[in-house]
Amino acid sequence: MTALQPEIRSTEVVLEAKGLGHAYGSHTVLRGLDFTVGKGEFLCIVGPSGAGKTTLLQCLTGLRAPAEGQVFFEGAPVKGTPRGLSVVFQDYSRSLMPWLKVIDNVTLPLRSAGVPKAERQEVAMQALSEVGLADSTQSYPWQLSGGMQQRVAIARALAFRPTAIVMDEPFASVDAQTRADLEDLVLHVRHHLGITVLLVTHDIDEAVYLADTVLVLSGKPAGVAALIPVNLPTPRDQLATKALPAFADLRAQVYTLIRRTAAPPELKLAQ
Amino acid sequence: MRVKSWHSKIFWEIWAPVLLVAIWWFASADSASFYFPALSTIAVEFKRLWLFAQVPTEIWPSLQRLLIGFVLAVVAGISLGLILGLQTRLERALRPLIEFLRATPGVALLPIMMLLFGIGTTMKVSIIVLVTVWPILLNTIDGVRSTDPVLRDVATTYHVSFAHRIRYIVLPNAAPQIFAGARTALAIGMVAMVISEMVGTPGGIGYFILNAQRAFDIPAMWTGIIALGILGYLLNKLFGVLERRILAWHYGMMAHQQGGGA
Repeated sequence: MTALQPEIRSTEVVLEAKGLGHAYGSHTVLRGLDFTVGKGEFLCIVGPSGAGKTTLLQCLTGLRAPAEGQVFFEGAPVKGTPRGLSVVFQDYSRSLMPWLKVIDNVTLPLRSAGVPKAERQEVAMQALSEVGLADSTQSYPWQLSGGMQQRVAIARALAFRPTAIVMDEPFASVDAQTRADLEDLVLHVRHHLGITVLLVTHDIDEAVYLADTVLVLSGKPAGVAALIPVNLPTPRDQLATKALPAFADLRAQVYTLIRRTAAPPELKLAQ
Repeated sequence: MRVKSWHSKIFWEIWAPVLLVAIWWFASADSASFYFPALSTIAVEFKRLWLFAQVPTEIWPSLQRLLIGFVLAVVAGISLGLILGLQTRLERALRPLIEFLRATPGVALLPIMMLLFGIGTTMKVSIIVLVTVWPILLNTIDGVRSTDPVLRDVATTYHVSFAHRIRYIVLPNAAPQIFAGARTALAIGMVAMVISEMVGTPGGIGYFILNAQRAFDIPAMWTGIIALGILGYLLNKLFGVLERRILAWHYGMMAHQQGGGA
């Protein structure tokens, strides 16, 4: 395995937010976000529910034009989803087409991109093998378990041959064991293919476990509370990594930041 | 429990018709009524007329008109439904008109259609189209509009082309509803077919039934009605086979969900 270690990754920037802000009418959700995601980096954005994570993601992926600031992908301003960026959505049961077999779900974007049939079959098979689904290509998504369906969505993202993958709470609707498996799968794929990953989650443990950098999103309107480098040894391990004192420290650090800025309701009333 | 053997399937399919025929048979056995002849008399007539002497002269023309009209309505209903389903504002503007036209019984337009298209095949097919297009159109609009916004985001972020969105996302998503509309359309299309034949040029089952009645050939009239019933039943069955084949994923998914997990 030719692992691309975080220590030796280049300083080239893949995704950059500059003064990013958004408001729905007079309700400001995001304000003044500045951060960059380097090539090969794994950035986790963590924040409480309702912190504007979804809006941020929509701005980053070009699904929504931000009211303020700009997003750059590989140096170019984002207008619409850039090629080279794949998105994995939270709800696999809604993001896969139940009328298409697994393989056809994965090849559809390639079909539109004009990739010849033989090649797109090959690329899709590679991606499906990467996520351990080489035997389920002819199944329909609803015949698979939740975890397997999310793997299909990940394979679809990989088959698009992206520089970066953006994942929106990708493991929020699977059970704990499947969640751990999928986390390790994403880590493996990222190392194996050297892909940049931006993952949004509300789970602090998950963010610290996966990331090279944790971006803590908090406040109302939400801003970057901190960018915390995670210098835990790689490869990560569900038991060993989480047992490290450094893991507990980072976890506490992130938790403190989130709690400090997310004021309890009675304090908000006093403002 | 769900896997039934074929003979039990057949039993549940035919027990009611068989019972009904038996009751009719014995109740009418020594009927002296002119209007309600014995079923045995009708059966003899049926065999003489419909097995299969009149199939090419009466059934085939009827069936042809029905199928042409139905296919035209399917094409028009789905195309128009796609446009209106995607163009929400246009749909909102035209909705009252569509509701009005749908609520107007199509056969009420027979007189005007006869003035416009005469009493031949054009008029008959037009009436069938006019009656059957509405349930297909309305169900297509609803089906298109029910596309999950997440799938729209998937299509956008993965740069799925417009044609592929229609072909691989919008239409398959709407297909169960389109089929439900088409099934209704087929049933009311038969009604329109019979009525248009009763007022139009000779030929077709509708014409045959009315003509037999006018000639006081009551047993023949009854055989026409029975033939019509059998035709409708067979068409519906055929449609069901087609539907099960095209919507195999849909039925599979529903069975899977009801079965509870893998």
